[in-house]
Amino acid sequence: MSKTIYGFVFRYSARQQVLLLLVTLAAFPFLYLSLELPKTIINRAINGQDFPAELLGMEFDQIPYLVLLCGIFLLLVLINGAFKFTINVWKGRLGERMLRRLRYELYSRVLRFPLPHFKRVSQGEIIPMITSEVEPLGGFIGDAVAQPVFQGGQLLTIFAFILVQDPFLGLAAISLYPLQGYLIPKLQRRVNDLAKQRVRTVRRLSDRLGESISGIAEIRAHDASNFHRAGFADLLGRIYEIRFEIYQRKFFIKFLNNFLAQLTPFFFYLIGGYLVIRGDLSFGALVAVLAAYKDMSAPWKELLLFYQQKEDARIKYEQVIEQFEPPGLLDERLQLEEPEAVTPFDPSGEVSFVNVSYVEDGATLLEGVSFTFGLSERVAIVGPGGGGKEAVAMILARLLQPTSGRVMVAGEDLFQLPEAVTGRRMAYVGQGAQLFAASIRDNILLGLKHRPLRPPADERGERAARAAEAALAGNTADDILADWVDYAAAGVEDSQGMSRRLVELLHAFDLDREVYELGLRGVIDPAANPALAERLLQARCELRERLSHPDMAGLVEPFDAERYNENATLAENLLFGSPVGPEFEIDNLAGSDYVRAVLEKVGIRERLLEAGREIAEVMVELFGDLDPDQEIFERYSFVGAEDLSELQAILARLNRLSIAELEEHERARLLALPFKMIPARHRLGVIDDALKERILEARRVFAADLPPHLRGSIEFFDAGRYSAAASIQDNILFGKVVHGTAQGPARVGELIAEVVDALGLREDIIVVGLDSNAGIGGGRLSAGQRQKIALVRCVLKRPDIMIVDQATATLDNGARNRILDSLFAETEGRCLVWVLDQPSQAQRFDRVLVMQDGRLVEQGTYAELEQAGAALRGLVAAE
Amino acid sequence: MSLNEEVEVLRKIPLFSRIEPSKLKLLAFTSERVIFKRGDVLFRQGDMGDAAYILIEGDAEVLVNSSRGEIRVARLGANDIVGEIAILVDIPRTATVRAETDLVTLRISKELFFRLITEFPQIAVEIMRELAHRLEATTEQLRIAMTERG
Repeated sequence: MSKTIYGFVFRYSARQQVLLLLVTLAAFPFLYLSLELPKTIINRAINGQDFPAELLGMEFDQIPYLVLLCGIFLLLVLINGAFKFTINVWKGRLGERMLRRLRYELYSRVLRFPLPHFKRVSQGEIIPMITSEVEPLGGFIGDAVAQPVFQGGQLLTIFAFILVQDPFLGLAAISLYPLQGYLIPKLQRRVNDLAKQRVRTVRRLSDRLGESISGIAEIRAHDASNFHRAGFADLLGRIYEIRFEIYQRKFFIKFLNNFLAQLTPFFFYLIGGYLVIRGDLSFGALVAVLAAYKDMSAPWKELLLFYQQKEDARIKYEQVIEQFEPPGLLDERLQLEEPEAVTPFDPSGEVSFVNVSYVEDGATLLEGVSFTFGLSERVAIVGPGGGGKEAVAMILARLLQPTSGRVMVAGEDLFQLPEAVTGRRMAYVGQGAQLFAASIRDNILLGLKHRPLRPPADERGERAARAAEAALAGNTADDILADWVDYAAAGVEDSQGMSRRLVELLHAFDLDREVYELGLRGVIDPAANPALAERLLQARCELRERLSHPDMAGLVEPFDAERYNENATLAENLLFGSPVGPEFEIDNLAGSDYVRAVLEKVGIRERLLEAGREIAEVMVELFGDLDPDQEIFERYSFVGAEDLSELQAILARLNRLSIAELEEHERARLLALPFKMIPARHRLGVIDDALKERILEARRVFAADLPPHLRGSIEFFDAGRYSAAASIQDNILFGKVVHGTAQGPARVGELIAEVVDALGLREDIIVVGLDSNAGIGGGRLSAGQRQKIALVRCVLKRPDIMIVDQATATLDNGARNRILDSLFAETEGRCLVWVLDQPSQAQRFDRVLVMQDGRLVEQGTYAELEQAGAALRGLVAAE
Repeated sequence: MSLNEEVEVLRKIPLFSRIEPSKLKLLAFTSERVIFKRGDVLFRQGDMGDAAYILIEGDAEVLVNSSRGEIRVARLGANDIVGEIAILVDIPRTATVRAETDLVTLRISKELFFRLITEFPQIAVEIMRELAHRLEATTEQLRIAMTERG
């Protein structure tokens, strides 16, 4: 990576910069002509006398001559504009490409950082470097060469002009430039230092911000927010001081520049005037020189400005780059190069640590560790926390690089193997495995996505164009939309085979029930999957059948087009369908013009407003004097805390006015309330039987009158059709669980599970569940679920060496043992290395390594060590 | 049965008798009405308590496990409250409660119960008073028992 910004610019854009410069210079004559032409128009065409004038060998009268010159002028304006446009577009494109290249390179380096480096630099520092700090560099890079040459050229031309008029005055005009050239960089240097400080302080600020976000629970739990506020304010204060000083200095430089620029005319007037009076210089020449000097100051100013920008960009670039060159950066080739073929490790080979030591931040974590085990053995590593067992696992997974010593795997140096081998033939899972904000399926398949294998469908060649553009900026041409999944590595044929294999693994790792639950809440598109939709409809019928059994009677109230559902909201009863999109969402119903028209046609709008008023009164009575921060509000009230005061105001107005006299938005507020009512749950008694009848009437009108443009906004309940808008569970249920039956939801859940199993649907629902999003950092799943998914991710790719670093420590004992069994079964005949947090589990392994104080203190079979070794016995006894 | 009728039931329960009607309405609104069929179990001895139940309609029996099997120790009817001890202190249920007839109850979850107490100290005072009464009664029984034995 180039050390300086100009190094970077020339290395990757020398040709474009030269091209840009040439075009800039080519624009010069036209610019000059367009400045020259107006003079000709005024002097010769308008004020001229001797016509016909001659141009390009043709003769013209005054008026045609004027028209011709003005035509040329217009043409020049267009040409100049076209040049400017082209140059700016080129500059912009060049800058953007270079910025893209820089960001890509930086990100690529982050991916190669040695892991311990992330203990020293935080996300909060790295992220703004790549996102915001380098942003202005793109703009600068477009100007990097053309701007100084262009402005400098202008300056020289004008200077030459003055010099020809009068050498003495010419020299006088630039007499102060050396002083400026000396003073300004000197002053600028201090500004540069401050700019560096500013960059560093802003990084600390974002670091602090990130820390506060990830530590928010601690801050709140310890009432430490004010301490953090003070820390943040302190940093802001530091930034303020730095920035203010930069302003002062910058403006002082500006002031000095202006002063020096005005000092020169002072000499011109004085010396030039003296010379004119003495008769040594013509008056015309002095005026010309003064005008030329004025022209000179513009490019000079631009040059100085450019100098400041250049310094700014230089500092930014250098400050960023130095953060991305930590010692121990992984060799680029090991990550990027794809070997001809990735062959499995020979199972009769060995893994050996030869005198491996590892030192981190001055602390010796491993010292002279040597051992050998076979590639078909199961090895347990035990020892006290921090005794070195974790470091051994991470070095074996090639996540840490030993300070000295060698690690050999099947006869090859582990640290010379490309990641294509280590990342495919080996697997590692630690204690806090990371999930990404993608579906569970994608999270598991991550371990199989090494290279794009099958290109995406691309009819219009857009992907190819994008790849070509990416290559111009030095980015990868690999297409993210391609199919990256290496099915063969998982031993399956295609995506269906993969689904079956995943279901199998979820079962083996105790995740099937949880993913099934997620699947029940998931949606499917019946058009894309008609067979499954059909079977889910069967499940609906089957459930109905079972619900008719006397023991189950009254558990579920099915949807019935002719009846009001006591356990559904009024909105659901009115729509008799699931909203698709925002139009008929329950919170938007009161504002929907169509809903209003339906209610008016049936004549129940006033009645519902009255119901809204009654509900508002109850809400104010119940919740009016509660502390609005109370959670009770959120959970039980129909309205939010802020809305309650609004309702209070509306009720107060209703003391004087009738509902009809209220403002439209107030009426909408009242109308929104009854839509959420569930008679069986809320028991407010505001919806009587007569009203229910009218709602049923409104339901019919709603469906009959629905205009074509709203047809897509709702999917009606239909006993014979699968609804794409509702979850699988709701589709099977096709009704509402009756409120207030003891254990109702649990019993219905069991019943659904029975039906699902009877129809053999469980596997399909689990597959749907795999598409649920894991949330940011896997946040929608529990820590235990995340660990299990990470284990499945490893097992799926069938590694030759599977390394498990206390990955099941957060699970309960039952789950741990089941997972141990599953992992043993899945890695049969291959190498399994497990860092155990419970030493007694080592019994089941072929070999046990005991690590203490960074040394290997014992090794052998469990039986051997139990007899002869003191260390293992001690550990087991202490468990 | 509507909310107002439930409030009437709550008022008849000594624990709530001195609490203003509007707060009782809040309690009724926020608690869940749960219906049990004859023979259904409200909760079992040994389970952790998560809710108290107020009987609105129907009867229930209180059963305790012993060496001779389940023994019925009490009967409950409308306006009785049951299970409030286990949600006040984190102890397992001391008895099993089973519906003797079809039963309509109001279920007050532990969470809601504590929230109401923090929000309305007067409920807490009433509960203290009620518990003090019970303690007094128990002590009295103990005293009588001791006297009889001695």
